[in-house]
Amino acid sequence: MDNYEFHWNVVFDAFPQLLSGAFTTIHVSVLSMLLGIVIAVLLALGKMSDSKIFYNMANIWIETARNLPALFLIYMAYFGLGAYGIHLSPYFSVFSALVFINAGYLAETFRGGFQSIPTTQYSAAKSLGMNSLKVYRHVILPQMFRRIYHPMTNQFVWSILMSSLGILVGMNELSGETQRLQSTSFRTLEFFIVAAVMYFVITKLVLLASGLIAKKVFKGELS
Amino acid sequence: MIEIKGVHKSFGDLEVLKGIDLNVNSGEVVSIIGASGSGKSTLLYCINAIEKINSGNIIVDDIDVHDKKTDKNKLRQNLGMVFQQWNSFPHLTVLENAALAPRIVKGFTKEEAEEIARKELVHVGLGDKLDVYPTRMSGGQQQRLAIARALAMKPAYMLFDEVTSALDPELVGEVLDTLRLLRDDGMTMICVTHEISFAKEVSDKVAFFHKGLIEEMGPPDEVLGNPQRERTQQFLSKVL
Ligand SMILES: Nc1ncnc2c1ncn2[C@@H]1O[C@H](COP(=O)(O)OP(=O)(O)OP(=O)(O)O)[C@@H](O)[C@H]1O
Ligand SMILES: [Mg+2]
Repeated sequence: MDNYEFHWNVVFDAFPQLLSGAFTTIHVSVLSMLLGIVIAVLLALGKMSDSKIFYNMANIWIETARNLPALFLIYMAYFGLGAYGIHLSPYFSVFSALVFINAGYLAETFRGGFQSIPTTQYSAAKSLGMNSLKVYRHVILPQMFRRIYHPMTNQFVWSILMSSLGILVGMNELSGETQRLQSTSFRTLEFFIVAAVMYFVITKLVLLASGLIAKKVFKGELS
Repeated sequence: MIEIKGVHKSFGDLEVLKGIDLNVNSGEVVSIIGASGSGKSTLLYCINAIEKINSGNIIVDDIDVHDKKTDKNKLRQNLGMVFQQWNSFPHLTVLENAALAPRIVKGFTKEEAEEIARKELVHVGLGDKLDVYPTRMSGGQQQRLAIARALAMKPAYMLFDEVTSALDPELVGEVLDTLRLLRDDGMTMICVTHEISFAKEVSDKVAFFHKGLIEEMGPPDEVLGNPQRERTQQFLSKVL
């Protein structure tokens, strides 16, 4: 590639397709994050419960999610289940794998956040006459939320970046779309440079928004 | 009036309270002293039903604390408690800390709750700290916040569990002054304390705990000035 000549026009012409790919990227990341959060709450509760069954189920999920490459999980969802006659779309394979992993990581984040609140905060609130619901609503959860907020933001950014593995199962998110466009136009470098910039801008915007929200919502300091 | 009758309390196999009898009359200040592990804190937790008891009775103003039908949350509104660790709510300002329970438990509006809270905070000398976050304050100030926060619920009784023992020595005085202030207001108080001279000064009655029992109880001049029991003498000779 000594004399590679950049031709940007074809990339600009394809910009609407790239934008649509970026939209799919954000789409799958947001949805996998939302469902991941819901499941993570259940897993965290399971991991803190006295019931052996719930504990073990949660533990297996969390350990699997945290110790296998995302790629394997996507392949298992797409090709693995396919071998059993269960055919998931590329989108749904990536979505399922991301949900699975997000839930596993976030479960540990939530559990750690919860356990980092001293139990004396609970007794102190109780001694003021609050019922358990009020203790959680006004004392425990607000403190917990600010502890898990930044790890959650990081997990979201991770999801955005990892959804690029969709390229391997033919999903039309930003990377997959880029792959498709460059293979028909042969402007490989141009397409991937533009896609890289788009990923960068998306994650920077997420971090910026997250920081602004944190500044507005979280007052005071943690003890 | 708080009446404690034959209270037994175990944690598993460990019997921590072995038959405690103690009456606290309205307006009285009762100090509890005793070695570490003798059950002093446990008794306070049993009085406001944070811990259950195994047998006996604790009656607060004719309400049986450990009766199944007793509304524990309502009961605790009448029994303010302050702990060794001050437990400020770090996500709320000083004013919000003290206004929270009056608002969400008693149902006052935000303005009403803040008015009540402000009065109590001024009373304990934190009038210039209302909008500060507690982690910015000294331990002594946070402990006074904890006291004001409890007082904002207008309890008839206050339970203090070694409220000065986690403080740097130079901060103990300001918290003891706050307790003196409450005594002068006529507040009924039970103070678990290691501050013997303070107990002598403010108490109407001192109880010496030894291994889950009250070994000796009476006016401070007697129990602290001229103890009759050998164990009390030994304990005092160690701490004085
Ligand atoms: N939640 C609990 N579970 C099990 N054992 C406990 C619990 N709380 C207290 N104990 C035990 O009960 C005994 C009495 O504890 P308690 O805290 O009432 O003593 P104390 O007189 O307040 O001592 P200190 O002066 O150290 O505060 C100790 O042996 C303690 O280890
Ligand atoms: Mg204690």
